Parts: sequence; C-alpha cells; structure tokens
Amino acid sequence: MEIFWILAIPLSGGLLLAVFGYKSYAPELNSALSFATFLASIFLTVRVISDGAITEFDEQFFVDSFNVLFVALTAFVAFTTSLFSRPYMRIEQAHGKLTVNMLRLYHSMYQLFTFTMLLVLLTNNMGIMWVAMEAATLTTVLLVSLYRTPASIEAAWKYFILCGVGLALAMFGTILLYFAAEKILGPGGTALLWTHLDEVKGQLEPTILTLAFVFLLVGYGTKVGLVPLHSWLPDAHAEGPTPVSAVLSGLLLNVALYVLVRAKVLVDGTEHTNLAGNLMMGFGLLSVIVAAFMLSRQKDVKRMFAYSSIEHMGLITFAFGMGGAVATFAALLHMTMHALTKSAIFFAVGHATQKSGTQLMENIRGLIRTNPTIGWGLMLGTLAILGMPPFGVFASEFMIITTAMHDYPWSMPFLIIGLGVAFAAIFSRVQRMVFGETGGERLPHPPALVPVFVHLGLVLLLGLYIPAWLAAWFKQAAALIG
Amino acid sequence: MNGIFLQLFQNGLVLLLAPLLVGWVNQCRAWLQNRSGAGLLQPYRKLIKLFHKDAVLAHNASPLFRLTPYILFASMWLAASLVPVIATDLPLSPAVDVIALVGIFALARVFISLAAMDIGTSFGTLGARREMLVGFLAEPALLMVFFSAALISQSTSLVTIVETLAHKQFVIYPSLAFAAIAFVMVLLAENARIPVDNPSTHLELTMIHEAMILEYSARYLALIEWASALKLFAYTTIGIALFMPWGIAEAGRLEALPLALGMLLLKLAVAGAGLALLETVTAKMRIFRVPEFMGTAFLLAVLGMLIHFLVGS
Amino acid sequence: MNILNIYSGQLINLFAALVLLIAFAMLAQRRVLSLINLFALQGLLLAASTALVAWSSDQHHLYYSAALTLVLKVLFLPWLLHRLIRKLNVKWDIETLINIPTTMLLGLALVVFSFNLAGPISEIAGTITRSTLGIAIASVLLSFLMMITRSKAVPQVIGFLAMENGLFFAAVTATYGMPMVVELGIALDILVGMIIMGIFFFQIRATFDSLELKHMEKLRED
Repeated sequence: MEIFWILAIPLSGGLLLAVFGYKSYAPELNSALSFATFLASIFLTVRVISDGAITEFDEQFFVDSFNVLFVALTAFVAFTTSLFSRPYMRIEQAHGKLTVNMLRLYHSMYQLFTFTMLLVLLTNNMGIMWVAMEAATLTTVLLVSLYRTPASIEAAWKYFILCGVGLALAMFGTILLYFAAEKILGPGGTALLWTHLDEVKGQLEPTILTLAFVFLLVGYGTKVGLVPLHSWLPDAHAEGPTPVSAVLSGLLLNVALYVLVRAKVLVDGTEHTNLAGNLMMGFGLLSVIVAAFMLSRQKDVKRMFAYSSIEHMGLITFAFGMGGAVATFAALLHMTMHALTKSAIFFAVGHATQKSGTQLMENIRGLIRTNPTIGWGLMLGTLAILGMPPFGVFASEFMIITTAMHDYPWSMPFLIIGLGVAFAAIFSRVQRMVFGETGGERLPHPPALVPVFVHLGLVLLLGLYIPAWLAAWFKQAAALIG
Repeated sequence: MNGIFLQLFQNGLVLLLAPLLVGWVNQCRAWLQNRSGAGLLQPYRKLIKLFHKDAVLAHNASPLFRLTPYILFASMWLAASLVPVIATDLPLSPAVDVIALVGIFALARVFISLAAMDIGTSFGTLGARREMLVGFLAEPALLMVFFSAALISQSTSLVTIVETLAHKQFVIYPSLAFAAIAFVMVLLAENARIPVDNPSTHLELTMIHEAMILEYSARYLALIEWASALKLFAYTTIGIALFMPWGIAEAGRLEALPLALGMLLLKLAVAGAGLALLETVTAKMRIFRVPEFMGTAFLLAVLGMLIHFLVGS
Repeated sequence: MNILNIYSGQLINLFAALVLLIAFAMLAQRRVLSLINLFALQGLLLAASTALVAWSSDQHHLYYSAALTLVLKVLFLPWLLHRLIRKLNVKWDIETLINIPTTMLLGLALVVFSFNLAGPISEIAGTITRSTLGIAIASVLLSFLMMITRSKAVPQVIGFLAMENGLFFAAVTATYGMPMVVELGIALDILVGMIIMGIFFFQIRATFDSLELKHMEKLRED
C-alpha cells in the first residue's frame, strides 16, 4: 500500500499544482506534497528492511533493500530540495526572471519528475522502467528551459535530443532483453518483469544479452552522463534553475545508474565472463579522467559542479563494474553520499549566484565576508565532495580505491590522477570564491540554509559513524547486486 | 540446324523491330502530350532518308571517326541479338553472360566518346565528357542489378537467369523489385532519355548524346541512330528478361514460338508505353544532378543485393 | 490455406525492404514537407506489416498496436507536423544538404553493419519475420545518421521519430511486439514528447528568429 501512496502523491500533486501552481502558497504546497511522499517512503523502507523484499499489484512493483535505498534517498532529497526552492524561486520571481505561469509549470513538473523517478525505482517491469525514464527526460526538459533564455533553450534542446537518442538505444536493448526472455518465459507480460528475469537469468541466451547490455549501457549511460555521452549534462545543469540542477545531479543520475545496475545483475547471471563489469569499468574510468581535466577549464560554477557529478558518477560506475561485496557496498554508499553532498552544494551555489547575480566564478568573491553562512556551506560541501575526512565521501572513496588497488592495480594511476586533478581544480576555485578579496558589503539577511546543513550534517555523521542497522541494510543491498 | 535458323531469325527480328520500338515510344509520347505524332514508321523513314544522302566529313577526321559507326552498330546488334527474347536455346546462348553484355556496352561507349573528341570541336569533347560521367556511374549500378538477379539463379548467364525466373513458382523478391527500379534508372540514363538527357533537343547546356554525334551525317548518322535504337531495344529486352520473363519459349519447344513472339510484342508495347509515360511525367534534371540520380540507382541496386543476403530466398 | 497466408511472409519482407528504402529517401530528402509525407508513409508500412504479422501469427494484441501505430504515426503526428510547419511558416523550407553521395555510402556501410549484427540474433529468433530484424536495426541507425546530418530543428525531430519507427519495427519482427502496457507507455511518451517539441519549435523561433540549429552552438567547451 505504501507503494501506492508513494506514486499517487506526486502524480496527483503534479496535476494539482498544474492548476494551483501559480498561487502564493504553491511553494508550501509543493513542500508539503514532497514531505508526504517522503513519509510514505519511510514507511515503505521500514517495512522492507524488517520484512524483506515485496512485490505488489500483480508483481508489477518490486521493492528490495537495494531499490528502497534509492526510494528513500530520492524522496528525501526531493523534499529538502523543495524546501530550498521555496525561498529561491520566490527571489527569482521577485527578480523578474520568472512569470507566474512559469512558476506553475515549475511546480507541476517538479512533482511529476519526482513521480517518474520513483516509478523507475519501484517498477518491476523493464519496459515501464524505460517509459518512466523517458518521461523523466520530458519533464526535466521543460524545467531546464524554464528561463527561456537562448542558452537555456539550447541546453534543453541538446538535452532532449541527446537523451532521446540515448534512450532510443536503451529501448532497443530492452527489446533484445525481452526477445531473449520470451524464449523461456513465454510471450506476454511476465517476460519483462525483473524478478522473473532474475530467476531464469542462467538460461538466457548470452549472445543476445551481451548485445542488449551494450545498448542499455550506451542508452542509460547517456542519462548517467558517462563520457563520451555526457555533453548534455553540464549545459542542462548550468542553464536550468538551481533546484533542478540539484535534483538532476543528486537524483536523476542515480536513478539512471540504478537501472544500469539492474541490467548488469541479469547479464552477470547469464555470462560467465566479466564483460558487463569490464565495460562499466572502462566507461567509468574514462569519465573520471575526462571530467577531471574538464573541471580545470570551467568558468561557470554550476558547470564546474556538473563536471564533478560526471566524475563521481564515473567513479561509482567503476566501482559497480569491479563488483564484489566491498566495492558494491562502497558504490552504494558513495551514491548516497554524492546525492546528499552534491545537492547541498547546489543549494549553497544557488544562493551564492543569486546574491552575486552571476554564475561566473571570477565574479564571485569573498563569500565568507558578504555572507558567512553561504560561504561556510559552500566550503564544507566542497571539502566533503572532494573526499576530505571526516566526511562520508571519504569513507566510500577510500573503500573504492583500496578495492581497486587490490583487484585492479592497473587502474590506480588513472584514478589517482583523476581525483588529484579534480581536487586541485575545484579547491582552488572555491577557495577564491569563499575567501577571496571582495569590496562587497555584508548582506543584511542571512539566507535560510537549513537543507544545506542537514545534508552536510548527515554526510558528516555517516563519515564518523555508520549505525549497525544501516550497515546491515547496505550490505544486504550489496549482496543482492553481487 | 533449327537452332541456327532461329538465331538468324532473332538477329533479323531485333534489327527490324528496334526502330519500330523507337517509333512506338515517340508515338506514345506524342499521344500523351496531345500531339498527333509522326507515326510508327517515322524512324524507318528517317533511316532511309539518311542512307540516301551524301556523307560530309571534317578534313581532320581520322579513320577512327569513320570506323566508329560500324563498330557501334555491330556491337549493339550483337548485344540485342544475344538477349534471349523469344527462345532460350540459341547457338549463341552460352555466350550470353551479363558481364559480357556490360562489356559490349562499354566498348561502344569508348568508341563513340573517342570519335566525338576526334574532330576536336568543343561540343564533341563536352558530350564525350558528360557521356563518360554518366557511364562510369551507370555501369556499376547496372552490374549490381545483374548481380541481384544472378544471386537468385546462382549464375551470371542471362539464359540461366531467365529460365530460373520464368519457371519458378511466383515469389516476391524485394531484391528484384529494387533492382528493377535501379535498372529503369540506368536504362533512362544510358539511352539518353529524359530526365538525364533529351534526344530531341540540341541545347548545349544539357545535351549529352546529341553533342557527341553532331559531326556525323548521312549513312554514318543513320548507323548511329540505328545503333541507338538497337541499344534501347537491347536494354528493354534485358529488362523484360530479368523482371518479366514469363512466356518465353523453353528449350526445344518450337510450337511455343508464336506465343512467345506475341508475348514479346505485347511486353515491348507495354514497356515502350511505360517509358513514354515516364518521360512525359518527369522533367529534365540539371546535369549536375545526374550523379545523384545515378547514385540513387546504384544505392537501390546495392540495397537490393544486401536485402537478398538478409532475407534469402 | 489461402493465397495470402503463403505470401504474407514475403509481403512482410517486401514491406521491410520498403521501410529501409524510405529511411534512405529521408536521408536524402531536402524538403521538409516531403520529409513529413515520407514519415507518414513509413508509419503506414509499419502499421500494415504489424497487422500482417498479427494476422499470420494469430497474435491478437498486435492488431491493437497496429491500430495505435496507424492513429499515432500515420494520422496524428504527420497532421501535427503539417500544422506546425504551416504555423511556423517553414512549409517550403529547403535544407541544403552537403554531400549526399557520401552520406549514402555511409548509410550503405551502416546497412551492412546492421545486417551482420542481426545475423546471429535472427538465427535464434523463432518468428516468421526474423529476417527483417536486420532491416529494423539498419533503419534505426539510418535515422540516427539523418539526425546527425540535419541542421534544422524540424527534420531532426522527424529523424528522431523515424528512429522510433525502426525500434518499433524491431519489436514487432523479433518478438511479436512488446507487452501491451509497455507499448501504451511508449506511445504516450512519444505523444507528449512531440507536443513538447512543438512548444520548443515556437520557443526556439521566438528566441533565435529561425529554426536553424547552427544558432544554438554557443554552449561548448572553449
């Protein structure tokens, strides 16, 4: 029943806000709906952790401890982002960047986007997964082009076309998957259900499944932002409203990667080689290196953090590719940490750019003087995302690197160079933004940055101490992936 | 003995029927354009008129220039008589390889182009260059068309292809459908028809074939005209043999000959009318578009062949 | 066994070949208007072959998907596109395509590639139409090529839709179609996607004064 509520609330919320999205209380309504979704997801999480995996509605929905992690994370970040967007979008409106109609579109699409992502996570049907993924693209396209500036329209167009093409390839992969499964499970509805596929994965035709996985990897990899399919990602992050950048980086990339991991489980069960893992490691490593070197050439702060997202997604993909209990555990932990940290950073960046009226880093200086809360938020978030102890990202990155050192020593130079270059690039820039000389006055009103510090607090907490139940949960999820 | 007689009969038949086909196409075109037309026999009248005239030659014409009409006429006559039109077991049948046919057409093309450049007028050179442009694009397309058909019958002998296709149970071959369209395009280009060339005008901007034979007169011109008619006839019968071979007389069945002859006339009439229709409904294209046109023909033929490999038969 | 039954397999092969031919025609077509008509024709062939597959293999749910294709891709989307280009005043737009022969040769190479790719898969397939899987892959890749070579927004979107057609064809030929619920979902996505596209055309034109995509190359790494 929780599944019903998790999906029904954002869907009906999207329709509701399509009607009332322009009212003055719409941001609060948006937050309330997101909170309700989050509550439902907590109930679901508790139930799944205590009772184990469940399927519902004629097996069309399936939740185990692996995807419930993302359900909870998605609902949580969607909720905190809606809290952040409340004052942020009001100020944007006051600056005259948005009309009431745009605001209505924004609120409605925000809820629908949450709905599509949760649908991807909860559905058991690989076909519906694709449909929901495409729907997520469609809703975010409208969000990216919200400001109707030339740059935002260009970014949205690029996003639409690239991800559309990518997802078309993923569709082909899904067709091939169905084609292989139909031989064993028979035609009709059940041959695309993941649980059924998982049961018979040993009997599926390896040739077809290999090909299917290549298409799925390229297709969903476009959405994950893996190099060389990443070119939409920085544009979409930089030109959309900041709350959208936060959910894109924090949630959408995770969700796309989740689908990829589901597919990998099937292929691993069929193949007796590590082909899927090797492919993922290759793409992941390439993403880490390319993104790291691109980082040092960025001028726009949101673009820079978008490249940082590519780098982290690459690292996570690499970790999933390695496989094994430790690496998978680390990958799951890193996904959680990255989602929390990166969205927190975008919150802080959003306020910083709003206050300075520009996204160019050379024009943002001395945040610590003009606005200490934003300055500290940005600095701490940056330290966290760069993998500084005691933040949680350090723990997961440490585990990934030690596993790589043990199992795939050849990858070490690439990983270390990538992480090192990224560190230097991001830190030097953020350092100047936060501590640089400024003639600016101290701003009168400190912004409410509760979401930033809640996220960072969580990341810090998980870096210092992972509760036993949480560790058990992650281990269970990692065991499901293998 | 019968065979030799039959072969001679076919040789004579193509020689006589070829101008008639040209006349028929022109007549159909006239009807379609609401003109009364010059009559079916006009090409014969023109040939007789030309043969009665005295030839005028340029001072600097080499023997090649004089020899070319005969070579042209001979090779076209050979090509046209090789194609199995009414029966499949003729003495020359073993020689009817599709690649050889393409070779014969190429031989004729080389000579006419050389002759066109022989006098040294600018029109001749221009025509020869354009002819070579069309030819070098049309030839691979034609070969591909032949290969598509040859793949089905496992032989490049035209006789075998015809026999296989004529006596097989009816099957839809996508590859042959593609090849047929490509073949029609090649036919239009190779025989100087609209939309590639227009034999009834002498516009320097567009003419190809006419530009090459501007310097010829009297019997030379008559032979060339006749050779062109034979070429059209040969192409049409190749098309008939490949894509609608039904009704041809099988080996050793003389009694089927009258029927085969009737069928041939009927098919020629249909093909000629179709050609006239095509020429009426399309517009002459710019010469720079011709490579594109021929490229499409080549593409279609190759696609047909690829589809044959995929679909099988 | 009546005559249609014997020839239905061959007819589907013929339709498949024509789908491929249309994919090539789209690759070379300069006029936006003809492009839309070609797209509608491709949809029609798709619907016809789906219905034929449904009839010859007794898969009744395929009739619905044939009807869905007919309504969505033959009637509604072309109508919408016609309306759009009339409103945007780009009905007679002609795109200058560079180097059609090279594109064509590249297309041929893609066809060879996809036929080879489909070879091992279609051997495993038990469907009567398995040989056409290669054609489906080829038309997907050709539409992809078309999207790359186009510089205007509307043709690019038509390429995108043609790609969807190819995918659909693959689904029908390899597996007798996807489960109905998935197919409905895909149709909904395409529909919504097209409407968003339509909105986009207007936004792009309002912002850049034309539908040339070369104006939209500002965002790149320097």
